[in-house]
Amino acid sequence: MTVLDLPLLELAILVPLCGAALVARIRDSSVARLWCLGFCGFAFACTIAEWQDFNFLHAKIAHDPGPLARALDNFLEIDALSAPLLPVTALIYLLTAIATLRTKIRRFSFAGTLISLALALAVLTCRNPWGIRALLAARTVAPSLELRARGKPTRIYVLHMALFIGMLALGWFFVEMEGRQRVHSLWAVLPLLIAVLIRTGGIPFHCWITDLFEHATFGTALLYLTPMMGAYVAVRLVLPIAPEWVLQSIALVSLATAVYAAGMALVQREARRFFSYIYLSHASLVLVGLETLNPIGLTGALCVWLSVALSLSGFGLTLRALEARHGRLPLSKFHGVYEHTPLLGVCFLLTGFASVGFPGTFGFLGTELLVDGAVQTYPHIGIAVVIAAALNGIAVVHAYFKLFTGTRHVSSVPLQVGLRERLAVLTLAALILGGGVFPQLVVPSRHRAAEVILSERERLAPAAPGPVETAEVGPSVRTNKGN
Amino acid sequence: MQLTPLNLLGLAVVVIPALLVALLGVPFLWGRPLSERWIGRIVPTGMVLGLLASLGVLGLMLVQHTYQVTIGPFNWISLPGHAPGEEGGHFHFTVKFVFDRLSVPFAILSFVLCGTIGAFANKYLHREAGFARFFMQYALFVLGMIVTSLAGTIETMFFGWELVGVSSAMLVAFFHERLAPVRNGLRVWIVYRISDAALLIAAVVLHHLHGEGDFAALMGAGPWPEGHALLSANQALIVGLLLVVAAAGKSALVPFSGWLPRAMEGPTPSSAVFYGALSVHLGAFLLLRVSPLLDTSLTLRLVVVALGLVSALLGALAGRAQTDIKCALSFASLTQVGLIVAEIGAGLRYIALIHILGHACLRTLQFLRASSLLMDYHNLENAIGSRLPPFSSPLGRFVPQWLRVPLYRFAVQRGYLDAWLTDYVARPFLWVFRSCDALERRWTDFLAGGNSRESDRVGWQAGTLDDLSL
Repeated sequence: MTVLDLPLLELAILVPLCGAALVARIRDSSVARLWCLGFCGFAFACTIAEWQDFNFLHAKIAHDPGPLARALDNFLEIDALSAPLLPVTALIYLLTAIATLRTKIRRFSFAGTLISLALALAVLTCRNPWGIRALLAARTVAPSLELRARGKPTRIYVLHMALFIGMLALGWFFVEMEGRQRVHSLWAVLPLLIAVLIRTGGIPFHCWITDLFEHATFGTALLYLTPMMGAYVAVRLVLPIAPEWVLQSIALVSLATAVYAAGMALVQREARRFFSYIYLSHASLVLVGLETLNPIGLTGALCVWLSVALSLSGFGLTLRALEARHGRLPLSKFHGVYEHTPLLGVCFLLTGFASVGFPGTFGFLGTELLVDGAVQTYPHIGIAVVIAAALNGIAVVHAYFKLFTGTRHVSSVPLQVGLRERLAVLTLAALILGGGVFPQLVVPSRHRAAEVILSERERLAPAAPGPVETAEVGPSVRTNKGN
Repeated sequence: MQLTPLNLLGLAVVVIPALLVALLGVPFLWGRPLSERWIGRIVPTGMVLGLLASLGVLGLMLVQHTYQVTIGPFNWISLPGHAPGEEGGHFHFTVKFVFDRLSVPFAILSFVLCGTIGAFANKYLHREAGFARFFMQYALFVLGMIVTSLAGTIETMFFGWELVGVSSAMLVAFFHERLAPVRNGLRVWIVYRISDAALLIAAVVLHHLHGEGDFAALMGAGPWPEGHALLSANQALIVGLLLVVAAAGKSALVPFSGWLPRAMEGPTPSSAVFYGALSVHLGAFLLLRVSPLLDTSLTLRLVVVALGLVSALLGALAGRAQTDIKCALSFASLTQVGLIVAEIGAGLRYIALIHILGHACLRTLQFLRASSLLMDYHNLENAIGSRLPPFSSPLGRFVPQWLRVPLYRFAVQRGYLDAWLTDYVARPFLWVFRSCDALERRWTDFLAGGNSRESDRVGWQAGTLDDLSL
């Protein structure tokens, strides 16, 4: 068993959790934000250090040496899939907290953010199926509480999340009952398929995502969705055991969702709904790649996962910053705010283009790999990935023109970007451009993760479902083929 | 790769525009764009250095009697397949630049025309609010043009192709406080995205048919225009048709011609060099690059010739009915580009290349002269005290009377292409998705037990920070 040098995973989860208790007691929102930033920053530093530690160990899976990890089996582990996802998730939380303006801090729950961060990191470091299910269920609570506290309708969100949790539990219950069967029955597989489609927003289960963006605060919706836990559920719980037809079904529904959502983004009349469809389209594209079952498509999906998480977070933060200045943004008319906030305009385009895989950005190679992998597995319909990307590109520029151009906006007060917002969006811009110029830093490691996922599927297909066994990797598994 | 003087100069041709993008882009992104004075120094320096490097490559190639110089391939990313050796199971993204009888003249042309326009725009846009933004997009355009012209693989070409697309669309919408440029910029962008998608699909199909997107491997290793495609006639037809769609979008061929006059909403320097001279020829350049592919399929060649001739005819007709000098010039460009494409289809590659070079230079001059020409006309009319005699084509006499009005309407409406695309493509598309949106609304209203959309009540609120200082 490979063990990490320091109990950083444990710290990355427990410190924000304890921090939430502290922040909840602070009445001054500005002070609460400062503490929240400190805890998020600490968690981010821990996850970065953990990622590097994991890379040095050259292990397939590494365990946290802390006491909590020793007490819980299959908890607090890190592998090739989760290693970069942890710092990316922590960074999204940190930057969202940084970019929250003074005018919004009373509405934004910093304690809730810290709890959500701890839960998100816990999900990513957990390989126990029931643990993942419980943590994901716990993660659904915060948005629902916020909606209720703000007097917004909760029914759509609660219905979908209850169905998601129920289906996940039902599916896994049958999987465990069926034990070592090579092919699981429809009773086991169908609920899992529906659970994944609900969580990722596959049609016709996507309405909860648009509804969440409609009614929750932008920050909460962003933090709940951009780490893409739906894709994580698919990789951890479904991909290793599902028969091929299930994966094909998920891929086909995701492909349809990607094109449908991209088209829907073009006809939206409000910026949040537009963003929610852009998110849906990209999340579905990631899922398409994950279900291709070939290393190229899978590598592409894992790269796009990271790039989309970063770029859509930046895209969302840009929209959020605009909303903070102008309120909800209708897309039925032109607003022309470029002259007031040129940096936001540039970042809007940059992050938007990065999400669709524009050359020179992080997403470019990932999208190329994804398209290649999708066409390899689905020669005729894989082309739909290109169509979805093209439509998303049109939607991004359309929204840019609507928000930033077309007229001259007159304002009596300066609306420039503040230092904190500048820091947040420029950090993401630097990562997006850096990843675009030096994809070698990321793509080979994603390829290794893809190979591990595929080999695990091959290993688990005839075996009993249950907690994923941990194993050290021998030299034969530590491939450097991608370099 | 050996570091010979030729290779070093070749690298410089690509690196200089990339450096220009970085030098202008980093301060721009930081929110502190360079001053006019600095931009006025950096841009001409970059253009002159780039031109000198490309002339140096040409000179050395002539001295050494070399017809093709390859820089790379640089394996940007190379991934093995699940089962090594498995057909199509691997992926590699190679960056490769080729200097040959096609790319070198095109790169030199790009530097000459972009340099000229850079110098012109430096004065023309003096004290314009978007001065730095213009040159940022200009730098992206130059990089895109150079990468596209020198690309040795279809993936590298796609990289440059997209850069040209986005910078062009943004330049059309340069005067972004006005509605018309923005709408036209979006229109241009939509056509470019269709073109980009076609090129990307072609690249993917090539990968699957042949395992790689290297032009040398696809068209034979001989220097352009030698070599023959290593695909069967049917494969060449499929890939070729996709490339024709990509070329048609970029070069405003039928049915995408509507964007060309719309692109004239941009500032004159960008209209002149981008849509009038350089990017409008990119489609033709793509067809020239893959011309051995055209030789494989007679059907493909016939399609290319027909497309070129129809576009030329449309350009000739529509250009005669335009009342705006930039629009008239844009249709004149379309006529020539159509002829160039027809020449490529007919296999006249050198003629097509010379036609591109000559036409691009002439058209740039005409565009730059356009604004002062109008002033000269006014002066002439003032001097003679009456209107100048109207010019009418002698060909008009041969058109039967009954055909004149429909033909004139056809020309004024620019072949009804925009209307056709709007009525039969854009509107049905939007109708379908708006209907889906309405269905979704019903569904979410049903689930929520009432009105589920808060966004319906959203108006332009003069709220939040408009009355608060940050």
